[in-house]
Amino acid sequence: MFFAGFVVNAYISGAVIACLAAMVGFFTLLRGSAFAAHALPKVGFAGAAGAILIRADPIIGLAVFATGGALAMGWLGRRGRRDVAVALTLVVALGTGALFLVLQNGYASDAYSLLFGQTVGISSRQVFDTLVLGVAGIVSLLILYRPLLFASITPEGAQARGLPVDRVDTAFLVITGLATAVTVPVVGILLTFSLIVAPAAAAGHLTHRPLRSLATSAGIAVVTVWAALTMAFVTGLPIGFFVATISTLVYAGARLVEFLLRTRTDGGRQGVR
Amino acid sequence: MSGFGALWQDPQVTNALLVGTVVSALAGLVGVFVVMRGQAFAGHILTDVGAAGASGSLLAGVNAWYGFVSFGLLAGTGVEVFGNRARSRDAGTGIVLSFAMGLEALFLFLVTRYTNNAGATMLILFGSLFTADPSLTPVVVGVALFMVALLLFIYRPLLLCTVNPEIAQARGVRVRLIGVLFMLLMVLAVENASIVAGALLATALLIGPAAAAMRLTTRTSLALLLAAGIGVTVTGLGILLAYESYYWPPTGRGWPVGFFISALIFLIYLAVGFGRSSAGAGRSSAGAGHRPQKGA
Amino acid sequence: MSAIPVLEVEGLSVTLGGRTVLDEINIRIQPGQFIGLIGPNGAGKTTLLRVILGLIKPDRGTVRIAGGTSRGGKPRGGNRFIGYVPQKLHLDPDAPLRGRDLVALGLDGDRWGIPFPSQRRHRRIDEGLAAVDALAFADKPVGRLSGGEQQRLTIAQALLTDPKLLLLDEPLSNLDIRSVHEVVRLIAGIGRQNGIAVLLVAHDLNPLLGVMDEVLYLARGRAVQGRVEKIIQKDVLSRLYGYDVEVLRTAGRILVVGGADSGLDVLDLAGGFHCGHEGGAIS
Ligand SMILES: Nc1ncnc2c1ncn2[C@@H]1O[C@H](COP(=O)(O)OP(=O)(O)O)[C@@H](O)[C@H]1O
Ligand SMILES: [Mg+2]
Repeated sequence: MFFAGFVVNAYISGAVIACLAAMVGFFTLLRGSAFAAHALPKVGFAGAAGAILIRADPIIGLAVFATGGALAMGWLGRRGRRDVAVALTLVVALGTGALFLVLQNGYASDAYSLLFGQTVGISSRQVFDTLVLGVAGIVSLLILYRPLLFASITPEGAQARGLPVDRVDTAFLVITGLATAVTVPVVGILLTFSLIVAPAAAAGHLTHRPLRSLATSAGIAVVTVWAALTMAFVTGLPIGFFVATISTLVYAGARLVEFLLRTRTDGGRQGVR
Repeated sequence: MSGFGALWQDPQVTNALLVGTVVSALAGLVGVFVVMRGQAFAGHILTDVGAAGASGSLLAGVNAWYGFVSFGLLAGTGVEVFGNRARSRDAGTGIVLSFAMGLEALFLFLVTRYTNNAGATMLILFGSLFTADPSLTPVVVGVALFMVALLLFIYRPLLLCTVNPEIAQARGVRVRLIGVLFMLLMVLAVENASIVAGALLATALLIGPAAAAMRLTTRTSLALLLAAGIGVTVTGLGILLAYESYYWPPTGRGWPVGFFISALIFLIYLAVGFGRSSAGAGRSSAGAGHRPQKGA
Repeated sequence: MSAIPVLEVEGLSVTLGGRTVLDEINIRIQPGQFIGLIGPNGAGKTTLLRVILGLIKPDRGTVRIAGGTSRGGKPRGGNRFIGYVPQKLHLDPDAPLRGRDLVALGLDGDRWGIPFPSQRRHRRIDEGLAAVDALAFADKPVGRLSGGEQQRLTIAQALLTDPKLLLLDEPLSNLDIRSVHEVVRLIAGIGRQNGIAVLLVAHDLNPLLGVMDEVLYLARGRAVQGRVEKIIQKDVLSRLYGYDVEVLRTAGRILVVGGADSGLDVLDLAGGFHCGHEGGAIS
């Protein structure tokens, strides 16, 4: 069974998705935009439901709503409080999604499989799409790395140096939407957020160097997804549950390691990590 | 308008209107403070945690309300206890949330598989006011009224703690206790709203009316009244429209209450914003004087 | 001095949201001068800095930086002549960012791509850190440093572009008294050694008394510039505020006190606390 095509496909897409999600997570925590990262998968869910209603590919609906939602959050956020902007975007999208679901004939199993993630039956075509979009997201984040870091940490300073801070912010939201769109089909609506936040949070306790932290989160995420995939294949339970559980354990582990390192170095000189 | 005549005779509708009014009034009142304190994310988290509890209680064969409330209280306690000590807010809450969502996913999956009840997911996530258990009405209404009373009781110290925690502390206000009481208010407001609009849309009732009201006025007391008013109006209209929509295509199914509620709230929010900016009222906001907050 | 001024502002007016925030402002700053920009809350200090940076387009007037005319609007060429220190960092204690990473953003934070480590880059960053005496905590997470330490790092960040003019927006608020004096001394020293002109925003002028060459006093959108003894006078400030104020000098400190008709309104006081008709009468 382990050599079935879709299994290999799942591991390949899983790795790309994990890298992208974790890199998005690194900036998400730095910027304090966890709420947006949490909301976008749900916004995407509404899009998937809409796509199913008009008999289009749910993944396309997901991508359109997730990126559109990201833009809406950016637009509203510049005109009011950021958290309110996220909440309202989320709420409108979900209301529409509920309507889409009701308008369909009964139980839309496609939409529900997005809720929990889909690990079996991933086709080579899907893997290819995921690879292209995922790598595009990773590369754009690497290109945006310094301006995004600057705009996230000292926005006024970045603005004074002539950086288009608003545009950089929006670009990041759109990349978050894109990451959502590729992550959700595998990990599910409910747990995409885990994959974004948990590895980055754990890495934050292991190193304080930004690039190293970025790489560490990506590594943790890949291991998490592969382990979760394996357990999902073995048990037949939704992968999202395992992603969440493993993430929580890894986070706890990272804090333990930090604690142990600190108590060890507290005796002598403070260690430089 | 074929439906409105029969409307008032339908006990399901009158029950829905009663529960909806009380619950949305509470959510609107609490929401003003949630927005002022920058706790929209925390409020939303409670809906997800509540949904985990609700799906768990469906698995166990108990009414979902108890699951919503018990998990909500648990999470609220967790956020109060660990949230204040945790040095990094977003990461800590994120981890708690992600674990709760893992449970939610597992429970929902199991409910769907073993009870063969595909509607359960829909029920928890999107709510179904019309099928709300009437025996639960006194509990929901009673709890909501008690919470409104509690909010009025702690109104002044809560406002001081929200606007200026340092001064509150200096004046001897027990900031910590007020924080805990407010968390309790938020939990019950959110979980009650979850029964009405579903876990996914409780956020609409909590944040929407408050955000719109705070665009209309900078006075807290007026904002509270407006938020409650907008919440009640929107919920009432949503229920009526949902009832009426049984006659809309595709006939006989009815559009979800949550759709109407969230759409109405968003329209009001936008209308209020444009009305204000065309009136050129400048930069003032009811959030004035609160800590600028970075996160969202 | 006959040198070209680092900053020359003439007849500058700015309207925001239908209100005149800056009204016919004239400023002239020579290389290496230390200027304290003083004024009550809402006087337009931040707005003035943003106009100088080219982030706000003035309605009228010119801003010349080192002799060249600023177009107003977008800052071009990365504003390398001007270093800007914004008011405060909002950083998570666990944010994966060391002091030197923060400073490095001043060097090339506006370039694309990830930074490639090089000897030269490392040396420049170390020099920047050394200039503000921050080497000791350069490898600690920024979010866990004290306000004064964070302030020194943002100053180092602004200095890495070798600016001719350093703009600091309220760098002293949120600092305890000891750090206030440390930071002031540090900024003045850097300005003197490198010939960098400093425009430092504060709402209390006392911590700057020993070090500043001139004061630029801003109130009701209008400004007067000159030596402290000349500007901080009853008649000058009364004309600026548009009503009678008193200037008290006690124990080496200066207090500017609102007119007799409104009781004792303290406009500027050590520690910067304000009372009385703050919103109404002053702004
Ligand atoms: N974007 C804006 N739109 C409308 N009014 C503004 C804007 N920015 C600042 N103001 C107003 O301009 C005045 C000066 O603000 P600011 O420069 O921040 O003052 P200061 O920094 O001296 O405290 C204030 O009354 C403020 O309300
Ligand atoms: Mg200012």
